[in-house]
Amino acid sequence: MGLSVKLKKKVNGFRLDVAWEIGNELAVLFGFSGAGKSITLQMIAGLLTPDDGFIRIDDTTMFDSSKRINVPSQKRHLGYVFQDLALFPHMTALNNILYGSNGLCKSEKRNRAGNMIDAFHLEGLEEKYPAELSGGQKQRVAFARALMRKPDILLLDEPFSALDNPLRIEMRQFLRDIKNRFDVPIVFVTHDITEAYSLANNLIVYSKGNVIQTGTPKDVCDNPLNSEVEMLINTKEPLHINP
Amino acid sequence: MFESSMLFSLRLSLQVAVVATSFIIIVGITVAYFLARRNFKGKEFLDMLFTLPLVLPPTVTGYYLIILFGRNGFIGKQIYACTGWSIMFTWYAAVLASFVVALPLMIKTTRAAIETVDKSLIHASYTLGHSEFETTLRVILPLAKKGIMAGVVLSFARALGEFGATLMLAGNIPGKTDTMPLAIYSLAGSGEWSQANGMVILLTLMSGIFLYLANRYSKRII
Repeated sequence: MGLSVKLKKKVNGFRLDVAWEIGNELAVLFGFSGAGKSITLQMIAGLLTPDDGFIRIDDTTMFDSSKRINVPSQKRHLGYVFQDLALFPHMTALNNILYGSNGLCKSEKRNRAGNMIDAFHLEGLEEKYPAELSGGQKQRVAFARALMRKPDILLLDEPFSALDNPLRIEMRQFLRDIKNRFDVPIVFVTHDITEAYSLANNLIVYSKGNVIQTGTPKDVCDNPLNSEVEMLINTKEPLHINP
Repeated sequence: MFESSMLFSLRLSLQVAVVATSFIIIVGITVAYFLARRNFKGKEFLDMLFTLPLVLPPTVTGYYLIILFGRNGFIGKQIYACTGWSIMFTWYAAVLASFVVALPLMIKTTRAAIETVDKSLIHASYTLGHSEFETTLRVILPLAKKGIMAGVVLSFARALGEFGATLMLAGNIPGKTDTMPLAIYSLAGSGEWSQANGMVILLTLMSGIFLYLANRYSKRII
């Protein structure tokens, strides 16, 4: 299980050129806004086409510019939680979750949706519309929807950025639980070093369209490769080190 | 006599507007979707072409339609050669005229409504395994419903009141192609004011009530 990418892309004068791979772990793409983290996720998900390179999920090639392979987003079998969560405003929480079960038979859909509602503590909220849910509840619906199809990989684009601090910290434990329970590789994008440090098994540091260091959070913090990494990881103190 | 000819015009107008609007819904949504969601060469030119009937005098639009669909027109000639039938001076011609003149209102409002649907919702639907067509039916169109309804209402009202292009294409044949606007024109021309008054009031009331109800309905969506 895992993901390996090599991506080149020019968008509006910005150049992205990165290559990295991860196993069945929680990898964090960390860097300032505009470093190319989000467009990396979009390319992995097939929402944006790289100019050059490849994307492999579990050794299946999803994109390869030299072999002219480009699997459409629908067939990449991944879960994506968007920065604004992207819950469908015209569907109830339950229907949002059910929408994530494309390709399953009806009884299987109901069954799995029931499990998700249990797992994400959404009992009693099934018939509520997104506008009637709190920030944390919306968050849980978005994760339940993304995990309905048992994706091969889960991509998270700063999903906690809209929450206030106490809830954000709570969400970190929530994310670790998801990792354990669903046993799925996760790529998490954030520009918050505390979040990155406390969550990552593998930290991938982005700057201006390049990866400038990878390693465990401890490695990166103890041995920053250059002054830029050092500057990036010291932007917020103190660090909360996860046992 | 007054009653029956007035009823005929009323029924014909509604029939023409309903049929024209049905085609407008299908064609309008399809064209608006491609204009809103795709990038292709000549896109804005196509948009301009579809919008022209909105600003051209209806007689000019009617003139073009005669050139295309008249018995000696580019398309009309072929149809006549194959079937011996021509659309000119039939109620179908009134439908065609209403369709072409009212279509831009549907395309404009629907395109704008589709363009305002949040891109990340469309992307979310794709990553959840839904095809473009399914995403259109279950996400884009439901969220653009308000704008689409507004487009339908405006097109229907426009089709109901269509006069110039209809006159050119369908003529003004009593008991055959005289929709309410055409009948009013004839009545006013021959000085039959009392009958014209009746129709004018009826058409005004109908359009007003219809717009009012449709406004109320579209406010309830979302």
